[in-house]
Amino acid sequence: MMDVTAVNGTMPKPGYLESAQLSIRNVTKVFPGKKGLFNRITRQTSRDFLAIEDINLDIEPNTFVTIIGPSGCGKSTLLNMVAGLSFPTSGDLILNNQPITGPGPDRGMVFQTYALMPWMTVEDNIRFAVETVYPRMSLQQQRRIVKEHIQLVGLSGAEKKHPHELSGGMRQRVGIARALAIDPQILLMDEPFGALDALTRGFLQDEVERIWEQKRKTVIMITHSIDEALLLSDRIVMMTRGPAARIDEVLDVPFGRPRQREVIEQLPAYHELKAEMERHLFRETRAVEEARVLAK
Amino acid sequence: MTSRSRSGKRRRGESVNSLLANETLRAIALFVASLALFLIFWEVGANMKWFAKGMPTASKTLEELWWWVTHPFFDNGPNDLGIGWNLLISLRRVAIGYTAASLIAVPLGVLIGISPVAYKAFNPYVQLLKPISPLAWLPLGLYIFRDSEQTGVFIILISSMWPTLVNTAFGVANVSPEYLDVTKTLGASRFRTIFKVIIPAALPNIVSGLRISMGIAWLVIVAAEMLLGTGLGYFIWNEWNNLYIPNILVAIFIIGIVGLLLDSIFASFERFVSFGRKS
Repeated sequence: MMDVTAVNGTMPKPGYLESAQLSIRNVTKVFPGKKGLFNRITRQTSRDFLAIEDINLDIEPNTFVTIIGPSGCGKSTLLNMVAGLSFPTSGDLILNNQPITGPGPDRGMVFQTYALMPWMTVEDNIRFAVETVYPRMSLQQQRRIVKEHIQLVGLSGAEKKHPHELSGGMRQRVGIARALAIDPQILLMDEPFGALDALTRGFLQDEVERIWEQKRKTVIMITHSIDEALLLSDRIVMMTRGPAARIDEVLDVPFGRPRQREVIEQLPAYHELKAEMERHLFRETRAVEEARVLAK
Repeated sequence: MTSRSRSGKRRRGESVNSLLANETLRAIALFVASLALFLIFWEVGANMKWFAKGMPTASKTLEELWWWVTHPFFDNGPNDLGIGWNLLISLRRVAIGYTAASLIAVPLGVLIGISPVAYKAFNPYVQLLKPISPLAWLPLGLYIFRDSEQTGVFIILISSMWPTLVNTAFGVANVSPEYLDVTKTLGASRFRTIFKVIIPAALPNIVSGLRISMGIAWLVIVAAEMLLGTGLGYFIWNEWNNLYIPNILVAIFIIGIVGLLLDSIFASFERFVSFGRKS
């Protein structure tokens, strides 16, 4: 296992930073197999699955962190544990010096498939989140927050539309607005642009960069795209393949902000980082494919 | 360039017989033609005595239909009642039984669907009771209530409950886990999750269950009323005793039309709650 802080070159204290907003310490997740008496009788047993093993990561406030790795490496598992939707088998997740015991509005989540309520308008989807988190807030202020966030993601004029009347890119804007409207400390994004076509994707990445400059919230984003990671993040966490996925390496992205795609693509560091990530991803993906061939 | 000229040619070709090019218009034309053919065959066949003895002609039946439709509300005692009254009697029974069934089935379905354990535990009851013919309940209803009116309502209730119950439980149990993840990350209460997310998310299923139930209620009432003394079902039974076939055909037609109307009300309701989802 590689020590994350050592990679950063800061403190030698193992896996723990005083200034960290979120600390992931020795986290392991095992999905238990079916092996109870009933399963044995019906002959539907399966083995335990070790998804991720001994992950250590410290995330400082106001940083944009991207997690990248081959598919099935447990990236979403890790993010779901930060969200409080599932729990580690061993290890701790600590947010602002408090262990994470469940989901909460201090973490806003953006889903790959948007997860908008189809029966609610754009406005209602965002208001539902605000109302749920701040039930005592005056209606006037709720309305103001909703309006503000619709403007932030550039959806003014589409307030009264239902999700099925919007394009994929617009739907994800609503998803981002909904996550930000509750004013979370950390924004969690699970492959937010994975379901979009390449052009919309690039456009939305630029939008997220613009919004991030305004809000400067801590973000943890999962992605498969190297360019996306380089454009948006301060640090890139590269994970190995599963099962028993680990953190392979954490890269610091040194480009200044605000960033522009055309500008950073000209920098020599951009190409060095990109080459390194490609090497890592190709190696891991090839290993995954080979393992699959052997399994069959 | 080639594609433009080709589409231009096609457009010109369409305008020549544009009336028959439209799919809806073609369907209407086929419908009218087949109906005319059927009526002619019936008229000729009845006149030539091709069918059973005493089979009325199409024109005679349509004449009766016109008379019943233009004189819907008269009352010369229980065996000579306008078809409008009979229709209202049947609709009233269906409305009471169906409303009661829905008021039981929807909340019960939600409760069963929310808990996977309850879903598995109560499924055998539902699966057992669902396929029972409505008429099998008739003697039991008459014995318990000793009243034809209440028995009619009871049979509607007991037979139209199941599709709504099954669909509601299914819809609630299969709400997209993503919606639930959203409510969890927001920290929504159980109550708020159920009423603001689970029920609206299951609404397309609930409404299609209600639609199937309504169809069943309308099927059942006609059969049950043959033994109950009033309503459209009894009208048919009475005309059978009179051996007057045209009126039986008139009643069959009216039952079909009313069923169609009820169904299309629910179909539009289904569209109203779908919001781009297919149900």
